[in-house]
Amino acid sequence: MDFKELTNRLDGGGRITDKEAVELFRTDDIFGLGRLANHIAEKRHKKLVYFIKNMHINPSNICINRCKFCAFSKSEGEEGSYEMTIEDAAAKARAVRGKVSEFHIVGGLHPRMGLQFYSELFRAVKTEAPGAYIKALTAVEIDYLSKESGKSPRKVLEILKEAGLDSMPGGGAEIFRTGVRDKLCPEKIPAKRWLQIKETAHGLGIKTTATMLFGHVESYADRVDHLSRLRKLQDKTGGFLAFIPLPFHPKNTRIKDTRPISGLDILKTVAVSRIYLDNFDHIKAYWVMAGEKLAQVCLAFGANDMDGTVIEERITHAAGGESKSAMTVDEILHIIKKAGKTPVERDTLYNKRKVWRS
Amino acid sequence: MKKILAKMEKGVRLTKDEGLKLYKNEDIHSLGAAADGVRKNLHPEGVVTFVIDRNINYTNICINKCKFCAFYRNEPDPDAYVLTDKEIFRKIDETIALGGTQILIQGGLHPKLDIRYYERLFKNIKKRYDINIHGLSPAEVKHIAVSSGLGIRDTLVRLMACGLDSIPGGGAEILVDSVRGAVSPNKIGWEGWREVMLTAQELGMPTTATMMFGGVEKDEDIVEHMYRLRDMQDVHRGFTAFIPWTYQPGNTELGGTTATGIEYLRVLAFSRVFLDNFPNVQASWVTQGSEMAQVALRFGANDLGSTMIEENVVAATGVTHSLGVEDILDIIKTAGFTPAQRNTKYTILKTFSARQKNPLL
Repeated sequence: MDFKELTNRLDGGGRITDKEAVELFRTDDIFGLGRLANHIAEKRHKKLVYFIKNMHINPSNICINRCKFCAFSKSEGEEGSYEMTIEDAAAKARAVRGKVSEFHIVGGLHPRMGLQFYSELFRAVKTEAPGAYIKALTAVEIDYLSKESGKSPRKVLEILKEAGLDSMPGGGAEIFRTGVRDKLCPEKIPAKRWLQIKETAHGLGIKTTATMLFGHVESYADRVDHLSRLRKLQDKTGGFLAFIPLPFHPKNTRIKDTRPISGLDILKTVAVSRIYLDNFDHIKAYWVMAGEKLAQVCLAFGANDMDGTVIEERITHAAGGESKSAMTVDEILHIIKKAGKTPVERDTLYNKRKVWRS
Repeated sequence: MKKILAKMEKGVRLTKDEGLKLYKNEDIHSLGAAADGVRKNLHPEGVVTFVIDRNINYTNICINKCKFCAFYRNEPDPDAYVLTDKEIFRKIDETIALGGTQILIQGGLHPKLDIRYYERLFKNIKKRYDINIHGLSPAEVKHIAVSSGLGIRDTLVRLMACGLDSIPGGGAEILVDSVRGAVSPNKIGWEGWREVMLTAQELGMPTTATMMFGGVEKDEDIVEHMYRLRDMQDVHRGFTAFIPWTYQPGNTELGGTTATGIEYLRVLAFSRVFLDNFPNVQASWVTQGSEMAQVALRFGANDLGSTMIEENVVAATGVTHSLGVEDILDIIKTAGFTPAQRNTKYTILKTFSARQKNPLL
């Protein structure tokens, strides 16, 4: 790979092709790759690295989908299954009022938690923690609420927006390509539906993120296909705030014969994402899945966002993710500064709340 | 910076000042690439080695009471212990059953154990087992010498005669006495550490050298540490490997934070560039986790150390990563290298199936 030519082309506003992206994944020159990705990130954001004070609320782990890669979901009545009432969730929000700026709310596809439930839940959270953003419900959940209520995804999103939905997380994207998706999560909505729902949300002014779950049974070409579909939709809507590559943790899941993911592959994937997704502002190193140490190294490989304090994350930890259960703001500041970057506290929409200049 | 790296690539040794400049200012990509280049030159076959061994910590009673340590106990503490021979033999039986070739015998500086304890123990082990005794860091050797009224050389000669094969590089911490004074005021000074190592090397024993960083030291101290090691290595070439690891603050008197991932990689890569007379550099999966250890294999490391069938000292700080041989093989293969089991002297005992074709291609 000729990184000099590539750097010049990208600096001049050019793009890389899908074929070149696969080549980037194949390169052995992780330093050239990292340097280019870091160059792009710093051109866009200088030394700024974002984080957010956020809390996760997972109202239930009961899910009718039971994806094979998931260690979080349970069937109804199964040992370890749980469900929160609106009051349970409201109490959680009350406990952190003024301390977090975002509630990240996702859950299983629960047979009795429908549009009504989530509308009430959002109103309750907004009442308990006024001013905080609600980033909730993946495209998969919106599809489910649409079927459950008999309303179109657009109508569902309108109702939820009215109830307090500010933004949507990027989960449920997994890997778009059909063959891989069938092996991972045959019951989950297909890529086309996922992308349609995102497009609809963007049309309503609801900004979202996008994810990719990698390191299981997919190939480099599958990853690039995934990135390609995201780049195309972003060209059309501009509604994606950030891209979040998620390394797969096989423990406690029903996906067999996966290779253990390599730390080098995680760095490469972050870097290629930064280089390829030239219309995405932010690339996130999600420390809950990569671990604090490697997530920090990702900041030198193109990532410019560390997610946040992530109070009460359950889904990755159910899969044997070994990171701690939450980080303090001081810990996040320390990690960002020691990477030679400048920490910025952001809100859900990436407005700057506070910059820590050194 | 470019000049310094170009000089290094020509095989010219870096001065301490050049080292410090490089360590402080070079960007992580260039430093990593330079270290990766040195590693490739020294180990062009793309093999990453490991040893199957077990840490046997014969006692946790220690008079040194270092502030960074969560392992030590005082003699009257309810969880203070000295292992019996029977317990030690059982651990060795298990080690051999798992294909182990080495035991790392290390412990606290026990106020009542003198050289007779170790002579008897090593003899009894060697009578029963064909296994390498990698044991007694310089602080313990010095302590045994003092409590037995012997010199360092006589102590080592007697221990060797009873079966001690090699000396681990623990207790080096940072080989600068002002730092040692702050974190381990009762432990031997850096010159004491050097005396034991050079004497052991002169007697023909292989040794390793460690560095524990991420505590209170400055950049200058890290470079000084490596400078002193490089000087020592010029004498006998008796260090088989350099092993940097990070201070683990859990449950310790010192507390505070430790080195972040990037800081670890920077130290590791710098060590590979600066320590031109060390054949091997080890990645510390015990303190960094397996995914960081894979990254470390491209930042200068060519060895993953031990499988650590048992490890107690880092575990006492609340950091536990445990790996079997299969896990070690997977880590090495998915990072793109060929795994090989080695012995204490870094002789390869068994090479495993070459790196797999990347399934992602």
